[in-house]
Amino acid sequence: MATQRQLIYDYLRHKKKFPNIWCAGCGIGIVMGAIIRAVDELGYDKNQVAMISGIGCSGRMPVYLDFYTMHTTHGRALSFATGLKLARPELKIIVVMGDGDALAIGGNHFIHTARRNIDLTAIVINNATYGMTGGQYSPTTPQHMLATTAPYGNIEQDFPICELAQVCGAAFVARSTVYHVEELQGYIEQGLEKKGFALIEAVSYCHTTYGRLNRLGSAVDMMRALKENSVTRQTAEKLPPEELQGKIVRGIFVDREVPEYTQLYQKIIERAQSGGKA
Amino acid sequence: MRTAFLQGNEACAYGALAAGCRFFAGYPITPSTTIAETMARELPKVGGVFIQMEDEIASLAAVLGASVGGLKAMTATSGPGFSLMQEHIGYAVMAEIPCVIVDVQRLGPSTGQPTSPSQGDVMQARWGTHGDHPIIALSPTSVRECFDLTVTAFNLSEKYRTPVILLMDAVVGHMREKVILPAPEELEIIDRARPNVPPEWYFPYEETASDVPPMANFGDGFRYHITGLMHDRAGFPTQRLDEINAWLTRIFRKIDAHVDDIAITEAINVEHARTLVIAYGCTARAAKEAIYMCRRHRVGLLVLKTLWPFPKDQVLLAAHEAQRVVVPEMNMGQIALEVERLVGRSKVRRVRRADGEMITPQEIRAAIEYKE
Ligand SMILES: Cc1ncc(C[n+]2csc(CCOP(=O)(O)OP(=O)(O)O)c2C)c(N)n1
Ligand code: SF4
Ligand SMILES: [Mg+2]
Repeated sequence: MATQRQLIYDYLRHKKKFPNIWCAGCGIGIVMGAIIRAVDELGYDKNQVAMISGIGCSGRMPVYLDFYTMHTTHGRALSFATGLKLARPELKIIVVMGDGDALAIGGNHFIHTARRNIDLTAIVINNATYGMTGGQYSPTTPQHMLATTAPYGNIEQDFPICELAQVCGAAFVARSTVYHVEELQGYIEQGLEKKGFALIEAVSYCHTTYGRLNRLGSAVDMMRALKENSVTRQTAEKLPPEELQGKIVRGIFVDREVPEYTQLYQKIIERAQSGGKA
Repeated sequence: MRTAFLQGNEACAYGALAAGCRFFAGYPITPSTTIAETMARELPKVGGVFIQMEDEIASLAAVLGASVGGLKAMTATSGPGFSLMQEHIGYAVMAEIPCVIVDVQRLGPSTGQPTSPSQGDVMQARWGTHGDHPIIALSPTSVRECFDLTVTAFNLSEKYRTPVILLMDAVVGHMREKVILPAPEELEIIDRARPNVPPEWYFPYEETASDVPPMANFGDGFRYHITGLMHDRAGFPTQRLDEINAWLTRIFRKIDAHVDDIAITEAINVEHARTLVIAYGCTARAAKEAIYMCRRHRVGLLVLKTLWPFPKDQVLLAAHEAQRVVVPEMNMGQIALEVERLVGRSKVRRVRRADGEMITPQEIRAAIEYKE
């Protein structure tokens, strides 16, 4: 594996775009590191890789990376990526979204992109809140927790991201956390290599807004909680439901072969061009 | 050359294909759906891609993604869908991504009257997305013009790296006419300028002599950044006022300095006209009939094919000797506002209808002949 220094030199727009905008101790940078190492490990040429993001703290990632990068609008990154993929099927496209981005305003695009099974690698950085706008509740904020817009506690149920992607038809679905960074990197690699829609949930935290409001401690405390409150799928299967309450279940949820959208469309082009009936 | 009996919507789709459009993303809505249906059938035959998205927001997003990948791309919709597209029209302006957005206008607001025509989206095309910005909007009056102006829309969007809106209406979109379509070699087709420097030297938002910087496709080795944030010449976000102002000035200048190239009008008997009718879209058809009905008076007609940027010079010239300017339109007076600004309110007589019925030649004639 390349040294840290070499990776920085090769993949970051180090001369132009630093320091980054994230709070010291934020988990988003760890996801960025995992993506860089995954791309490097797979030996992709940078001219083969595009990164598209939505809006939010997570959405700011592409500007730092030396790929084809596009910071789009809140919730719509997957739709931009769908157009780019159809125009350029040869590109490896990584889509980075926040939990609000992917599942609130972008929820409709999320389910339909998974359903189409188009070859994209989507990474949802789930910090259970709207970080950029200051800690409002998101579709993944657990019930009873506080948010600036839930001063009496959140009464909504949270979305299980991986389960949602699974029933929508994604080809690869996995969850890890920013504490389990090597595992996370491995899932990103598998997602990138998968022909089809791959969804990786990277559970992170936002100590600055959500953490402070709910008295969850420092970034280090929240990181430790990811370690202590998470279990692998194998372990989870053996645990009684009461003990599973509030635990983050890590692992691969789906890894299957599903016909991929751009390949199916290529067949339509071939049919139309050989005079086949519309 | 090819003779055909076509709907305006079909002519629009064939115009797009002739202009080199190879990507369409859309969501069904009356009265625009036949554009999508035609593209779904025809695009794969030429190696292009059609996709039906989950809504109009996603449709325009996919169009922009495909355009960044290097394809000429289009979407088509009507009022409710056009409203949903506004945020991404702004994104296309900000990031300077060429694309064509067709709005086959129907009666609004809201669901309104889906099968009735309207010209109610003229100001929405101009100002619908937030923030100050220039825009190009064209409006055809016939089936043949649906073809021609779609080609023009693509050419302008590629030439100026900007979204172009084609404001059709339910009348021109659904009406069938015999048309003689030009052969491919008769058409002038413009493709966006691509960089001719090595990637290390490339700045996607550089100041250039034309004010339109060359655009590299994602996938061709130019690894640059695109954002909806205010950005510097490299595309990176900036808060520097000098860079923001430079961008803002250029984005307006690239359209404003070329109004002559963009503003298309057709003038009929405007020289020495005492009364001038200014019309566009399906209403221009009734206006033509009206000026023939009044041919003993000195009545001229200026048909606006370009609505935005507003063809100021052509209007001023045509209205030069006019005592009265009649502006019929199927809204409560949107283009009339622009005309009033130029020729003075007292001269302008609005003929307005916003109930889904076409304005008749008789109604326009009554305004021409009205005694104060
Ligand atoms: C259409 C639109 N609505 C609202 C916003 C304001 N906004 C910016 S970021 C954000 C939420 C971000 O939360 P999330 O997606 O979870 O990302 P995070 O900042 O937590 O990484 C919102 C609501 C916006 N930019 N655009
Ligand atoms: S606000 Fe929260 S999510 Fe955003 S950078 Fe700071 S810690 Fe990270
Ligand atoms: Mg979040």
